[in-house]
Amino acid sequence: MTKWLEENTPKLVLAPSFVAVLIFVYGFIAWTAWVSLTRSRLLPKYEIDGFIQYDRLFSSPRWDTAFSNLFVFGFLFIVIAMVLGLILAILLDQNIRTEGAIRTIYLYPMALSMIVTGTAWKWILNPGLGLEATVRGWGFENFTFDWLVNPDMAIYTVVIAAIWQSSGFVMALFLAGLRSVDTEIIRAAQVDGIPTWRVYTAIIIPAMAPIFLSAFIVLSHLAIKSFDLVIALTGGGPGYATDLPATYMYAMAFSRGDIGQAASSAMIMMLVVFAIIVPYLYSELRSKDG
Amino acid sequence: MADMSYTPTQTGSSAGKIALRWGLYIMLGLFALFYLMPLFVMVTTSFKSLEEIRTGDLISLPREFTFDAWQTAWSGACTGIQCEGVRPYFWNSVLIAIPAVLLSTLIGALNGYVVAQWRFKGANLFFALMLFGCFIPFQVVLLPMARMLGLMGLAGTIPGLIFVHVIYGLGFTTLFFRNYYVSIPAELTKAAKVDGAGFFRIFWSIFLPLSLPIIVVTIIWQFTQIWNDFLFGVSFSQAGTQPVTVALNNIVNSTTGIKAYNVDMAAAIIAALPTLFVYVVAGKYFVRGLTAGSVKG
Repeated sequence: MTKWLEENTPKLVLAPSFVAVLIFVYGFIAWTAWVSLTRSRLLPKYEIDGFIQYDRLFSSPRWDTAFSNLFVFGFLFIVIAMVLGLILAILLDQNIRTEGAIRTIYLYPMALSMIVTGTAWKWILNPGLGLEATVRGWGFENFTFDWLVNPDMAIYTVVIAAIWQSSGFVMALFLAGLRSVDTEIIRAAQVDGIPTWRVYTAIIIPAMAPIFLSAFIVLSHLAIKSFDLVIALTGGGPGYATDLPATYMYAMAFSRGDIGQAASSAMIMMLVVFAIIVPYLYSELRSKDG
Repeated sequence: MADMSYTPTQTGSSAGKIALRWGLYIMLGLFALFYLMPLFVMVTTSFKSLEEIRTGDLISLPREFTFDAWQTAWSGACTGIQCEGVRPYFWNSVLIAIPAVLLSTLIGALNGYVVAQWRFKGANLFFALMLFGCFIPFQVVLLPMARMLGLMGLAGTIPGLIFVHVIYGLGFTTLFFRNYYVSIPAELTKAAKVDGAGFFRIFWSIFLPLSLPIIVVTIIWQFTQIWNDFLFGVSFSQAGTQPVTVALNNIVNSTTGIKAYNVDMAAAIIAALPTLFVYVVAGKYFVRGLTAGSVKG
């Protein structure tokens, strides 16, 4: 008995986590998938009834806005955060004496809750007393910056706040990447008289391809999960103008009492995540085993 | 990387070089202003009176420093019908974060130790399943978790929130420790086994003493995640058990009365202080967790 116990201790230690993951991750995903195929409303029903929830979802104008916002927001957020992060990393990589302090300043927003970020930017961007009023007070009477309350532009305020929060982190990733590029090659290129910008575009940046991929994965993951920021900054408004799939799902689940819609929208979110992450994980795990 | 600014290719005059250097520092400084501006605005706004906010502008310093907004934010601001400020919710967050961080770190350490050092058939499958769990959007588990917490009698309670944070934190904590322990040579475990040490003995006297850096990284990562969480907090809490992020959002978006921006900002800073403090004190570990945690997740 004690021998058996001794031999199986590792398995016994792992067992509770294993069971927890099976139930709370995979079992729950299965539950949500199942319910997304039923006519559940306020209470879950378990008779499968085809793709009716998905039909409802994709014919809902609110979901339409939320889903296209995801792509507008995600695209701008990812591209701008990566470009900005790369520029900051290159600027910081020029033997800056105060590098540590500057890096701390660029990165601190990442330590904040999205709710704090949203609250701060909501105040800054409010047209009545914020940036707009301030610039007008400086004598630019016609200055207008009302994106926060303009349904066509409000989603871009979410982009601004999200970039402010995350670009320093992309910078940190890229900076680590820049420092890992083989200095021998760079020195050789310099000796050959290749101009600095060419060294970057032809040697350093291509060598950082895996970091671009990581940054892309992280940022797209952040974009899809974005929920708190929208809630704090715009509340999804004006109207539904800044809804994202995450806020749509939450509204259906907890304020509209429409479990079927909540489940189907959550499944679509998961499919979007999987479309990005499965190929990445697959290649990662393969390259590690091989 | 080598210092690119003094390469033989840049044959410009030294005056040009100095100008370039100045340009570089000015750009870096402008970016620093961009990142600091919201914090500056938050701090200055929180010390102004409402009167001054209405008449002044965003970036001016307060003419008269007042702590009224801080006082209100801490113990008087309304989150809906209750007007107790963020104080009770701040303590809720503490009560949620401390046990959840410790438990998920401890379990993650044991899991990582098994997966990295006691390989058995299925251990890798377990790890892959775990890793995958890091990536799911939590929306996909919200509905069943709400029901499950109800069944367990934990709906709307602080233990319920601790439970949720431990469960969904395990993926990352296991990952952190596994990746750390995998670089420790397996011979060490083997030799200890030959000497008659058991599973827990080896963990306790060999692995734990080696683990300080990864423990710090994991604790900081988990603390930041859990303190800053909003989704679980807003989904699984009720009036008295909400974490500080939820209370902050309620204060800011409560529609009653006039908008007290100074109180909003003071409440936001209070909610942000613990993680900011951790970042300032242990920034190095924070960044390490971010890059490690993010390269996969």
